[in-house]
Amino acid sequence: MATTTQNSAFKAGVLAGLPFLLVGVPFAVLFGVVATEAGLNIAQTIGFSFLVIAGASQFTAIQLLSENAPVFIVIAAALAVNLRMAMYSASLQPHLGAASFRQRALVAYLNVDASYALGMQRFEDEPDWSVNDKFLFFCGTMLFMFPLWVIGTWVGAIAGDVLPEALDLDFAMPIMFLALTAPMVKTLAHLGAAVTSVIGALLLAFLPSGIGLLIAAVLAMAVGAEIERRRA
Amino acid sequence: MSYPPSSIWLIILVMGVGTYLIRFSFLGLIGNRKMPDWVLRHLRYTPVAILPGLVAPLVMWPEATGGEPDPIRLAAAAVTLGVAWWWKNLLAGAAAGAATLAGLLWISAAL
Repeated sequence: MATTTQNSAFKAGVLAGLPFLLVGVPFAVLFGVVATEAGLNIAQTIGFSFLVIAGASQFTAIQLLSENAPVFIVIAAALAVNLRMAMYSASLQPHLGAASFRQRALVAYLNVDASYALGMQRFEDEPDWSVNDKFLFFCGTMLFMFPLWVIGTWVGAIAGDVLPEALDLDFAMPIMFLALTAPMVKTLAHLGAAVTSVIGALLLAFLPSGIGLLIAAVLAMAVGAEIERRRA
Repeated sequence: MSYPPSSIWLIILVMGVGTYLIRFSFLGLIGNRKMPDWVLRHLRYTPVAILPGLVAPLVMWPEATGGEPDPIRLAAAAVTLGVAWWWKNLLAGAAAGAATLAGLLWISAAL
């Protein structure tokens, strides 16, 4: 019985992750194209996708590299874009903190926007899931995404010039994440947090990449928590 | 771009290790200890506090129009949100949003 549940949690994760391949794979190919066009060799380009696995920060780094920014600035800006993942890590802790050290180490490696958001959404809908179910679901979402992220980068790196510019997927990312986030807005507190996040991120967009989003997110979490506290 | 290969690899390695440590941080170090209620109350709102802000600038100032607000993409975003929220369904929302985007782009090209 336990095995059946575990299998189903893993399969549920794999299934939930499939739609995100439509966004992730072209994004990976695009990164391969952009990085090699900026002057990186194939090993370096793949190294980025394999070791960093965070598209937005990878693009940030390439952009700054092509502007010949100092090494320190490239690293600082790219890491700032990823600071939001510290919050992902913290909010996964109540669900996966009881997992073994190895499991947590693997979750940390695979913790990207899509796996995090899919995981959090499902964990809230399945309060009966064990820690192991949650771990397997989380890994399931990345079963295809992770290898295809690396392979897609490689394809983009070797095929850069051949691929048409018409990979018109600029808006696929926003649509996928809006569709993922909207069902999570279940209470007034969620709505307050989401609206604060949007307004804050837009007003603070002039700050260096990633910083405005972090400030907006902290404010939005405070608004959500405060509404919950007052209505409790 | 003018960097020696060693600088590029340094950037890749530091970004990789740094990003990993960011992801590992709370999950790895706090482990199974219970966090205080007020912290948990804030953390419950993390997804809805970050993801909307992550995409809001991409919706308001889309790359495809050079950062100019675009009624077509705003409409596609609104339809995505509305459908995904009403039916509590990611795929329905994404399909409706993509169809809206494709349809309106096609109409505006035909006009």
